Amino acid sequence: MQGNEQTSEPVIEINKVSTHFGSRVVHSELDLQVRRAEIFALVGGSGSGKSTLLREMILLHRPDSGSIRVLGVDLNRLGDDEALALRRRWGVMFQHGGLFGSLTVTENIGLPLREHTALEDGLIDDLCAWKLAMSGLAPAVGAQCPPELSGGMMKRASLARALALDPELLFLDEPTAGLDPQSADGVDELVRKLRDLFGLTIVIITHDLDLLWQVADRVAVLAEGRVQAVGSMSELSRMDNPAVRQFFDGPRGRAAHAQADRPTKMPLPVKTEEPSSKPK
Amino acid sequence: MKPSPAEAAVLSQPTAQELKLSGFWTARGIGPIERQIETVRLASRTDAVADGTRIEALDTAGAWVLHKLLTRLRGDNVVVTVRGLRPRFAKLLDVAEQQIADAAGHPMPTRIQPATSIERIGRGTEAVLSQAIALLAFIGENAHALAGCVRHPERFRWRTVLYNVRIGGVDALPIVGLLSFMLGIVVAYQGADQLRQYGANIFVADLVGLSMLREFAPLITAIIVAGRSGSAYAAQIGTMQVTEEIDAMRTLGIAPMEQLVLPKIIAQLIALPLLTVFADFLGVLGGMLMARAQLGVGYAEFGDRFVKAVSVTTYMVGIGKAPVFACIIAVVGCFQGFRTQGGADSVGRQTTRAVVQSIFLVILADALFSVAFSALDL
Repeated sequence: MQGNEQTSEPVIEINKVSTHFGSRVVHSELDLQVRRAEIFALVGGSGSGKSTLLREMILLHRPDSGSIRVLGVDLNRLGDDEALALRRRWGVMFQHGGLFGSLTVTENIGLPLREHTALEDGLIDDLCAWKLAMSGLAPAVGAQCPPELSGGMMKRASLARALALDPELLFLDEPTAGLDPQSADGVDELVRKLRDLFGLTIVIITHDLDLLWQVADRVAVLAEGRVQAVGSMSELSRMDNPAVRQFFDGPRGRAAHAQADRPTKMPLPVKTEEPSSKPK
Repeated sequence: MKPSPAEAAVLSQPTAQELKLSGFWTARGIGPIERQIETVRLASRTDAVADGTRIEALDTAGAWVLHKLLTRLRGDNVVVTVRGLRPRFAKLLDVAEQQIADAAGHPMPTRIQPATSIERIGRGTEAVLSQAIALLAFIGENAHALAGCVRHPERFRWRTVLYNVRIGGVDALPIVGLLSFMLGIVVAYQGADQLRQYGANIFVADLVGLSMLREFAPLITAIIVAGRSGSAYAAQIGTMQVTEEIDAMRTLGIAPMEQLVLPKIIAQLIALPLLTVFADFLGVLGGMLMARAQLGVGYAEFGDRFVKAVSVTTYMVGIGKAPVFACIIAVVGCFQGFRTQGGADSVGRQTTRAVVQSIFLVILADALFSVAFSALDL
């Protein structure tokens, strides 16, 4: 968290990005901006290119043309050192966790700290415990190995690792996919809490309509290789664009809308997941 | 990795009662001054000021360290007032304080003490024994599955067996042939000097024939197959275990033993003896070439002597070991595959184990065979 929060420059600026795999066009001249300290959601049907866009933003894939600026750095003109410096300023939570199976949860969280800082082991362990608590996991989970964790705990542990270096920017890939509704509610709370506490900019890829209604400040709908619409959920719900409509007109869309309109929702305490007793 | 000086945290003490905090109090910035933070002292029973106006950045690591510092100073009866902290940083410091209080509430699980050597020996023994018992259980399960297949031959998967014969047998022909050929050359070459000294050149046929057929061909074949197929079995079944494919098979009513293990064992039972015959042939061929080149023993002479020196029993003793080796390799490979638990790491470990154990057991079995055969005068 740097002190320059006041700058109005967008955190992510995507300019005329085109991508294709073979003859299949994924993005055609796509433009997008993400502002500082907002929770920005990226939605779209399967194959609409949102995961590819995420991979392009985090330097895992290079677009065929166009430019992407993240945290004021142009990803096209980037040396190895600058890329490393940039990677330390963001955190990524992968859809399936991406935790290293041979390390315990605590070691997974501490890995970026050990790798990139000169902190002492005792301090790193303390910080790991803090991040673990921050992402809503019980302290005992730290000693477990990723294969022993349930899906929800895996995502939280992955989030804790993404937060290890106090990133300015957090990417969440399907943070609620495959979770039970209660854990998903916990994730809603967690995402909001993180933004309020650290002023994080959070980019979420999701299908979860509840998550969109509850936490997203702005939502971009991707279809046919372009951003069809950007706006808050209530703005989007008044649009006529067919790609946008399909999110609201299904039975799930209506249910999530009704849920969001309910007058006051008691803020849920962040659920703490207990260590699993799953047999090895 | 050293942070550039521009990004470092700085702690200075202009007067005895004043601390000046500046720079970047972040995970990267505080590393270099961690020692200094631990040792800084203020005169006790006084009021002191920590000036945080110049802190450029503060993250969780910085807040944690700063809070620890303040707690320690306050523990020395110093009243420390923090001044000039930006609101956001102050908030973060509060969060750190809360977390430290919470963490004190439920302490970190105590670290596991490193095991004493006696404990390690005990645990090691227990692991070996439990593995041996599990292996016996696995063999039993297979025998049971085999009995089921004998009773219902229509359930047996011949196609899978044939596929495994091709993968584990036919595809191994070049490497097995090449290595046994070279082994034949080596044996003849090493023996040539000794034999020439006694003028017993023709006995090279005895040397090559007996050693290749009885020992070297079955052994080298088994070792190559253990490395090729045993590892493949363990990796395949291990990966299937990790991706829950084995569980899926069970729930679909397909017995993994019948589908995965029995065809492999039977395929090896067919392939390994045949590979051994092939290795016998090429090993003797290698020896024959060397006998002519080094000792001047012609092919016809070599052949005559070979027929007299090497009995059918010798040949059968060598071939007879092959099915036993085949069982060891296939069973150990599959068994270690099924013992995989967890992730990618475990697959690698089990594959290594499969190869090491099957080669170990093959050589052990070979030694036992030697003892048994000498007792039986074969």
